Amino acid sequence: MSQNKDDLASSNKKTISLPISRVRLIMKSSPDVSSINQDALVLTTKATELFVQHLAVASFNNGSGKETNSLSYSDLANTAEETETLHFLTDILPKKILARDYLTSLEDFQEEDADF
Amino acid sequence: MAERPEDLNLPNAVITRIIKEALPDGVNVSKEARRAISQAASVFVLYATSCANNFAMKAKRKTLNAGDVLSAMEEMEFERFLEPLKESLEVYKKGQKGKKEVTEQKRKDKEKKTDSENDKSREEEEEEEEEEEERMDEEPQAENEGEEEEVEN
Repeated sequence: MSQNKDDLASSNKKTISLPISRVRLIMKSSPDVSSINQDALVLTTKATELFVQHLAVASFNNGSGKETNSLSYSDLANTAEETETLHFLTDILPKKILARDYLTSLEDFQEEDADF
Repeated sequence: MAERPEDLNLPNAVITRIIKEALPDGVNVSKEARRAISQAASVFVLYATSCANNFAMKAKRKTLNAGDVLSAMEEMEFERFLEPLKESLEVYKKGQKGKKEVTEQKRKDKEKKTDSENDKSREEEEEEEEEEEERMDEEPQAENEGEEEEVEN
């Protein structure tokens, strides 16, 4: 069983686990984008995977959770604020109360959608 | 197109698995943190797309290509992703090629199979046709006779 998991983990370094079709949907939601070639799509999908790993590891190493062996929201928010390459996340990784604002804005968005 | 806002989220199960594999064993990741990482990933896709699109527009191209995405990674200062990205693109391409070969082979096997099946069914059909022809030969005569009789009457 553990052997199996190791094999999977090592193969995951090079293969893609996120759904490419979903990533394309997100990319296409950007109004400027007209078409995307398959290689660009594969690269973006893999980059997103690497990004998720990077964000998780950086936040864990940077955060306070090492003693308690946990990763919390505030670890992520602090890391986004302190790391220059992750500054683009500060809008969606703000302090806790503002995250609720995000949810309400998401709901507003849904309501707007329903109006149409 | 995306019809619901949640269509723009990445699947939670996959995101959770990637996080778990990246962190040491036994690290507890709160639900809130997982959702935040998932949302961050969606924003990352949009940010990368917009950067890549700028490169494509500068080159007066309408289609985003691999070079645009790699340039975008550099601009976003994720140079560390470049090598693993190139490697996994190679692996992906090989995988696709392998898949093609497999489906090609399957197709050929299927053709062979259906060919031999067709041969059998063709033989059967021919036999049936012969029988039908024999019947056809008989029937029209009978009908004609009947018609003639009617005309006479």
